[in-house]
Amino acid sequence: MLSEPAEVISRFRAAERLLGVPLPPFQTFLDRHADELLRFLVATVGPDEAEDCLQETCLAALRAYPALAPDSNVRAWGFTIARHKAIDAQRARGRRPMPVPEATDRPTVDALDDASAWAPLAALPPKQRAAVFLRVAAELSHHEIARVLDCSEEAARRSTHEGLKRLREEMA
Amino acid sequence: MSDVALREDVDRASRLGGAADTDRALRRFTERAVEEGLVDVAYASTDSPLGELLLAATPQGVVRVAYIDENVGRDEVLEDLARRVSSRVLEAPARLDDARRQLEDYFSGRRPGFDLPVDLSLVAPFTDRVLTRTAAIPPGQVLTYGEVAAEIGHARAARAVGNALGSNPIPIVVPCHRVVRSGGGLGGYTGGTHRKEHLLGLERAGAAPARGR
Repeated sequence: MLSEPAEVISRFRAAERLLGVPLPPFQTFLDRHADELLRFLVATVGPDEAEDCLQETCLAALRAYPALAPDSNVRAWGFTIARHKAIDAQRARGRRPMPVPEATDRPTVDALDDASAWAPLAALPPKQRAAVFLRVAAELSHHEIARVLDCSEEAARRSTHEGLKRLREEMA
Repeated sequence: MSDVALREDVDRASRLGGAADTDRALRRFTERAVEEGLVDVAYASTDSPLGELLLAATPQGVVRVAYIDENVGRDEVLEDLARRVSSRVLEAPARLDDARRQLEDYFSGRRPGFDLPVDLSLVAPFTDRVLTRTAAIPPGQVLTYGEVAAEIGHARAARAVGNALGSNPIPIVVPCHRVVRSGGGLGGYTGGTHRKEHLLGLERAGAAPARGR
């Protein structure tokens, strides 16, 4: 007999697990993650290309979304797609150097600070740049970072460590 | 350099004061997603004299109009659409521009009804028949539950007609408010009878001959 509400709810939850929890609307993914994805892209491809990369990331995510398992780590999934788009952008850019924002383009005092904050990060190799952001700003685990960067956990740990070491030196 | 300072610097570098903007990127993304046919359900919110309305459309037409209030939240409506239609649900107000304009004109008395394609894929076949018949009731007129039942060939199914209308996913646009009880009672309404009353009042005013205004 399903008489107690608590029992009804627990049975409902069990059925839900069995049937799979439905995916939330795609808009929820954007609401939750678009800001940090843009920041990840600013940190990896630079401020000039970050918006275009975010568009590409969201388009790729929207295409793939219905096939996503509802219990996936959606946040790491989003960073993984963004990472691929960042690599595409870096390839398209070829061997041109990372753009460092010109202080003269940015009239405010804040912006000058921003430009100076950007330079040391831009000096890191792309993978270390990504690893440092994911660890320090997004606070992902090394396990998650390994997934996003498509490497072993050990390699993720190394990239983070090396990147942080160089940043400390450059910012010292 | 301390870890805290380092964290702040990385954080600051990734925020770069306004050089890159999430909202601008997402607006452009949404346009492209619509152009590329990737948006299965587009939605927008709009204000009305009856409170906030959430409008949603598939490429076939308007699939949902929901009264958003203390009883029904946006998230609930959107989650239901994600489950029953497609998870590719996106806030894309431009796709609902026509519907929003028509609703605005309707509530301000500039148009009596709607000329919008609707998508009834959310409803069962019986409800589909009830709603299709209901959609043909002209503004300013009403039918009873029994009359609608009789017209779709189920003369004794007045109660089932009431239930079908109660599950109308596209109120206002599919005018389930134009079906009332025999004997003058208003009957029920998904959004509450005060809303039904408001809509019928609006349509009576529109149907009455203008007197020296």
